[in-house]
This record gives sequence, C-alpha cells and structure tokens, in this order.
Amino acid sequence: MKYVATFLVLFVIYILLAGFVIDELILGALIAMILTLIIARYVDYKIDVKLPYRLAVFGFVYIPVFIWQLILSNIDVAKRVLSIQIPLNPGFVKIKTELKGDFAKLILANSITLTPGTLSVDIKGDTLYIHTVDVKGNTAEENKKHISATFEKILGVVFK
Amino acid sequence: MEIISYIFLIIGGLFYLLGGLGILRMPDVFNRIQAGTKATTLGAFSVLIGVMIAHPEWWLKLLLIIIFIVLANPIGSSVLAKAAYLSFDKPKNLVIDQLQDIFGGEDND
Amino acid sequence: MITSIVFALVGLGVLFSVVRLLKGPSAADRVVALDTFNIIIIGTIVLLAHFYNNNLYLDIAIVYAILAFLETIVFARYLEGHYGNH
Repeated sequence: MKYVATFLVLFVIYILLAGFVIDELILGALIAMILTLIIARYVDYKIDVKLPYRLAVFGFVYIPVFIWQLILSNIDVAKRVLSIQIPLNPGFVKIKTELKGDFAKLILANSITLTPGTLSVDIKGDTLYIHTVDVKGNTAEENKKHISATFEKILGVVFK
Repeated sequence: MEIISYIFLIIGGLFYLLGGLGILRMPDVFNRIQAGTKATTLGAFSVLIGVMIAHPEWWLKLLLIIIFIVLANPIGSSVLAKAAYLSFDKPKNLVIDQLQDIFGGEDND
Repeated sequence: MITSIVFALVGLGVLFSVVRLLKGPSAADRVVALDTFNIIIIGTIVLLAHFYNNNLYLDIAIVYAILAFLETIVFARYLEGHYGNH
C-alpha cells in the first residue's frame, strides 16, 4: 500500500514536469518504480479509510487558514518595516508539541515560520525552539497559546 | 481577467520590494531572516498566481513551483537561523533566550 | 506600462537585497540576503516567461528553485561548521 502511494506521488510529479506524452509516461513509470524501491522504506504516512477525510481537512481547512496567516504575517512585516522606529521585543522561546511523526512536525514548523512574528529555529524531540519578534509569555504553555495552538488543532486531525 | 492578473503581479512585486526593504532595514540576523522569508514567500505566491491567471495552460508547473517554494523556503531559513545562532554572536536585545538550554550558553570555546 | 511598474518593484527588491549582500556585517547576513535574492529571481524568471510568452522559462525557474534551496542549505551547513572551533 505504501509502495503504491509513493509510486503514485512520484509518477504524478514526473508527469507534471514532463507533460503528457506517451514516451514520457513509460519512462516516468520506470523511473518512479526504481525510486519507489529506494525511497518507500523511509516513508511513514498511514493509509486507511479516513484518508480522504484527512485530505479534505488539509485542503479546505488547513490551506485557507495557512494562506490567511501568511497574509496577516506579511501585513505585520510591512508595518514593522515601514515604521520609522522598528518596534522589536525579540527572544527565543520553546514550546511543546503533541504531533508525532517527522512530516507532521515539518509542516508545523513551516506553518510557524510563516505566521506573524515567529520563526522556528530547531526541533529536538517534541520541543520546538522559536524566535519571536514580540515575546508575549514566559512559560511554554502561554507561548503555545499565542503561536501554534490553531495549527496544532488542525494538523492533529490531518496527521493522526 | 488580465486586470486581475496584473493586480496579483503588482501585489507580488510590492511584497518582493518589502522583502528587500526588510532585509535592508532590520537590525539583526534573525529579524532579517523573518522579514525576508515571509515577504518573499507571499511575493512569489502572488506573482505565480498572477501568471497562472494570465496563462491557465501552465498551471501544473506553476503549482509545482509554488509548492516547492512554500515547502523549501521556511526550511532554508530555519537551517540558516540555527547556523546563525550557533556560529555568531547573539543580538544584544533579546528579552528571553530559552534556546540556550540545548546549545549550552555563552562560552563554547 | 504595468509591466514596467512590476519590474521596477521587483528590481528595487533585488537592489535592496544586493545592498545587504555587499554590506552585511556578518557572513550570516550575506547568506540571508542571498536567499532572499534567489527567491526574488525565481519570481522574475516566471515573470519573464509571462512577458515573453514562452514556457521554457518555467523549467529554468524550477531548476533555479532547487539549486537555490541547495545553495542555502550548503551555506548554512558551512557556517555551522565553525561552531565549536572558533
């Protein structure tokens, strides 16, 4: 099952890059098959009955929220950059995450980087280290509420 | 349709400009990384959407570039931020620094 | 007209990041400026594809994006290499 999914992803990427020509379809299938044999053992996503539901949550909840946060963060950056005295109150904070799996953590870290005023620096186990422009709280829980709570809730549904 | 596309292109150009300005004006490395990453990601996003509206037959490749930029740009800046933290002096204006816990404080020499 | 406005905005962005690239007090600043510069150039290549109406530029943009990402990672790893022996 894992192999089929990996193969499909690779094949689709190849076709996106090369275009719909019959030669390319054959060559793409061959290359995707070879790469699947190499890569698939490092892949660890779960495939089950709820996958379409999780993909739907990802597409219709996560992506709009993500784009909205991206726009907000850019307005924030614009305000800071265009003000004469740049308002800063920076610091490094750490927050805990309940997400399991490398890919889930990667998506969470990326989301945090693109939300207003935060930049994830490192992940160690279940702790994320974050540089924020505007420090709001002192404990991990307070910071979590300000930084990652929304994304965690959504990604918790997407990556079980 | 063309007008919408041009609106997206101009917004994208504006955010690219803001990214450059952020890189130039921010006082220390980490704030520069933040401003640069966010502004250029939205700038690229917006420019590519604008081109996608103007040329709908290219949507596959443009979508691929968007996905790649949105995935890779934050990763690149995280790695860069970690490298900057490890190998250069910390900025003086930090309010709180909990990253010390794992990288062992002031003196590593 | 609008074309020139878009290219002027993008060009100013490139200019600012190049100024930071030349000025940057530390190596990390320069690499950050280079990263920003690269992302802006990817957008510019796509804009060229749009204005010359030629989709070969898109392939160039994809390859440039991948190389820019690798470049950032490699530079960051190189900077990290100083850690512990400075």
